[in-house]
Amino acid sequence: MNEGRRYIVQGFIFIVAMIFLVKLFFIQVLDSSYRLAAENNIVQKIIEYPYRGLIYDRDGELLVYNKPIYDLMVVPKEVAIADTAEFCDFFGIDRKAFEDKIAAAKRYSYIKPSKFIEKLSNEEFARVQDQLINYSGFYVLARTVRSYPERTLANALGYVGEINRRQLERDTTGYYRQGDFIGISGIEREYEDVLKGKRGVSYKMVNVRGVQKGDFKAGAFDTLSIPGEDLISTIDADLQRYAEYLFEGKIGSVAAIEPSTGEILALVSGPSYDPNLLSGREFSENFNQLSSDTLKPLFDRPLMAMYPPGSMFKTVQALVALQEGVITADEKIFSNGLLIGDLAPNGFYDVKRAIQLSSNNYFYKVFRRVINQEDDPNTYLDSRIGLERWKSYINNFGLGVRLPTDLPTVKSGYVPGVEFYDRVYGTNRWKFSNIYSLSIGQGEVLVTPLQMANLGAIIANRGYYYVPHIIKSIDDRGSKREIFTTPNWAGIDSVHYPIIIDGMEEVVRSGSGRRAYLKDIAICGKTSTVENSQGADHSGFMAFAPKEKPQIAIAVYVENSGWGGRAAASIGSLLMEYYIRGEITRPWLEDFVVKGDFLY
Amino acid sequence: MIRQGDRTVYNLDWVTVLIYFVLVFLGWFNIYAAVYDEEVSRSIFDLSLDSGKQLMFIGSSLLIIVGILNLDYKFYDSFGYAFYGLFVLFLIFVLIFGKEVAGSRSWFEIGSFRLQPSEFTKFATALAVAKYLGTPNVKFTQLKTQVLSGIIIGVPMILVIIQGDTGTAMVYGSFILVFFREGMSPMILVLGLLGVLVFILTLLVNQTILIISLVVLGLIAIGLSIKSPKNIIGVIVGTILVVGMVKSVDFVMTEVLKPHQQKRVLSLIDPGADPLGIGWNVTQSKIAIGSGGFFGKGFLEGTQTKFDFVPAQSTDFIFCTIGEEHGWIGSLILIGGFSFLLFRLIHLAERQKSNFSRIYGYGVIAVIFFHFAVNIAMTIGLFPVIGIPLPFFSYGGSSLWSFTILLFVFLKLDAHRMQVLTR
Repeated sequence: MNEGRRYIVQGFIFIVAMIFLVKLFFIQVLDSSYRLAAENNIVQKIIEYPYRGLIYDRDGELLVYNKPIYDLMVVPKEVAIADTAEFCDFFGIDRKAFEDKIAAAKRYSYIKPSKFIEKLSNEEFARVQDQLINYSGFYVLARTVRSYPERTLANALGYVGEINRRQLERDTTGYYRQGDFIGISGIEREYEDVLKGKRGVSYKMVNVRGVQKGDFKAGAFDTLSIPGEDLISTIDADLQRYAEYLFEGKIGSVAAIEPSTGEILALVSGPSYDPNLLSGREFSENFNQLSSDTLKPLFDRPLMAMYPPGSMFKTVQALVALQEGVITADEKIFSNGLLIGDLAPNGFYDVKRAIQLSSNNYFYKVFRRVINQEDDPNTYLDSRIGLERWKSYINNFGLGVRLPTDLPTVKSGYVPGVEFYDRVYGTNRWKFSNIYSLSIGQGEVLVTPLQMANLGAIIANRGYYYVPHIIKSIDDRGSKREIFTTPNWAGIDSVHYPIIIDGMEEVVRSGSGRRAYLKDIAICGKTSTVENSQGADHSGFMAFAPKEKPQIAIAVYVENSGWGGRAAASIGSLLMEYYIRGEITRPWLEDFVVKGDFLY
Repeated sequence: MIRQGDRTVYNLDWVTVLIYFVLVFLGWFNIYAAVYDEEVSRSIFDLSLDSGKQLMFIGSSLLIIVGILNLDYKFYDSFGYAFYGLFVLFLIFVLIFGKEVAGSRSWFEIGSFRLQPSEFTKFATALAVAKYLGTPNVKFTQLKTQVLSGIIIGVPMILVIIQGDTGTAMVYGSFILVFFREGMSPMILVLGLLGVLVFILTLLVNQTILIISLVVLGLIAIGLSIKSPKNIIGVIVGTILVVGMVKSVDFVMTEVLKPHQQKRVLSLIDPGADPLGIGWNVTQSKIAIGSGGFFGKGFLEGTQTKFDFVPAQSTDFIFCTIGEEHGWIGSLILIGGFSFLLFRLIHLAERQKSNFSRIYGYGVIAVIFFHFAVNIAMTIGLFPVIGIPLPFFSYGGSSLWSFTILLFVFLKLDAHRMQVLTR
């Protein structure tokens, strides 16, 4: 009875078996996504972050190092907390934050660790470490952040921060990943490539509880991390510290350069900030606070602040005039205060005396000679030709051009050319009388303190400069970028310099820079009292020392501090003495500076 | 006794015995692989591992086999109802005295030893069904026979459902296969399959669209059978019933099924809906099997099972280890092995002279096939996850013993088939 039905039963079993085999063929052989999912399950990719390169000063003193910090990680699947309220108390978060963080972690992965609390400090870590045993699913992962032994040089050093989306998009190397840290400003940004090192990766197998179970494929895909290279800066940490000390409570900047190499010895931006603020957990908070500060501590003044050069510019004007042959070194020109306001007495001036006493009318006349050389009978066209010629001289001094230094934020300043005056007055509708204020470094010309320090270096070198730079060598390799070892000719024959230098020496000895005078170190300088429409004049000083074999060229700007001969010259002189001698011999001058009461 | 024992050995179907041992030992190796931990390297015999315990269960199974083969073959026929009654009583006792494990009260616990009587009730039910349907003059075409058969499988089924073990309860439904062999109208099977199909369609397809297309199909059927009015009535009634079922699926899903059962059904339709909850098991199971590739990762090289991504990796999800470590080839061998066993058992059942032996044989086939099919189907996401073991493979004493008893009682009956004169 019904024997035939055995075949139906057999057929049914056969069909089920075939369905299984076909389905299994699909998921096991044809569909590789399961294999990936399986690897994804068990493989934990552990990034080994390289040590970022350290930064030293020129004498080997540490400026930037790495400090370990700890991230609290969570594996959602493993989380077992008996008392959530207690947990929240312990970590100082509220219930809502706790749940949000857990939810975010679950969204990322149920079985893989994600950051729960970032950047625990050493102290927090010590406190947490013992308690963690009570909270399964949480563990601590160590990494490093930048740290600074002292609060100096913040703006030049720059800071590192998490890479943003735009930077990620622009990254053509494909190296960076979301969450990576990258140099955002200053040296950190400029030397990111050498500082960052190379990330290492190791693949570990983990079980469903995230417990490591050995190397994946015996470590065949693992790579070691390569630490970043150390940088040796040109900065003299002692000088830098002293300069920042003198600058406390003042707004302005100092740039000091070693003339024979172009190496930047000190770079002060006042007010500054503690670089440690921009590393560690409170980065965003601190950054917001700093960037909304009305005194702009994040503004790197020696590189970015643009001021009219004022009277220091007269040295350049004199050199151009000598080079152009419109005056000679001992030619005397009568000056009275008729053409332009002047503090210098009436009388006959040669170039040396004009610099010493900063005669505005002398330079007015000299500048007219430079501009109007009667190349064209039309005074408008003549001025045009003259200005063009003059501007190229000025650009040769590294003014109005961006110095190709290794500090990424550096500004070019501004030297007006014919296009500028054409725009303002109309083409060929301006002449010398419209541009004469350039003769004394006022008007439209703008310079940065670094450019003025470089001007000091050019004069100290009698005619050339090396592009100012802040990194001496990368990891003891000693090699500098070629651009930093090639001298740049400023376009003025060296024979014309001694008379200017003599004038500058007189400025300090018996002119407006007398406060800077030192008995046994011959300082050559020039003060500026920069007219400021917004408030009190800025005090400026550009100098180098000693006169023979100069070791340091310096520019100092102190905002709203009146005469150049007071605030700026005092600071400049103290710094040069400190650098050359290693100590100061005029505590009263230091007191005067620290007291900072420069306005009469 | 000795003579009978000799004859039993002589007439025993050694092919089936061989497959049995092959499956049991493959299972044993895979249980070891499933719980293997590289860092704490322990031997397959280690009694703290599932594999060590399973070896003990295998050993005790041998004793059971020897016992079965030495009992008089008439014993099972004679005491069929007694066994059935005894195990139904056990099922009632376990409801009262049993230990609740993972939501179902289906275990007796004596010391550290646990026994699940519902595993053995399968065997007793198979005996009772065979005994009843094997009685001369009982024909499955009779309504009385159908009702009584239904009661025989229905009683343990309901008791097991009360225990909270829906998966095992479904096993009793597999006796439909036996009834089919014994003359049940195939319409019931077809209707049953249709019912399942409509149920799944209802979950997958928008209800309104489904009802409209069903009505359209009904109208087409009416059009085709315009000549015989009797059919038209049938079609109309059928369409109304099916539409009614579609409408009632919501009710079944929300009111009849428990929340975890609803989720299991839904996760089958869309495993991604709740990947970390109920979908986790199926997702991880498929990942483990799917990552095996053609040849598999090799013995003890599986990572998904070893690192506990797959749940119950030595019991209900043992197939994951086979799929992962031995790939499609391993799957082929396992499915081929079971198919061969089932075909062999059909062959044995059909050569029985007594109705009792044949029907019992089909009972064995139905139970093994149901376990095999549902277990594999749930690991590869073709069936909701219900906790039933893979026969001979899955770790567990109750399961191994019950399948051993089920199978070897049949082999014992088969060995004495020539001594039965009546048919």
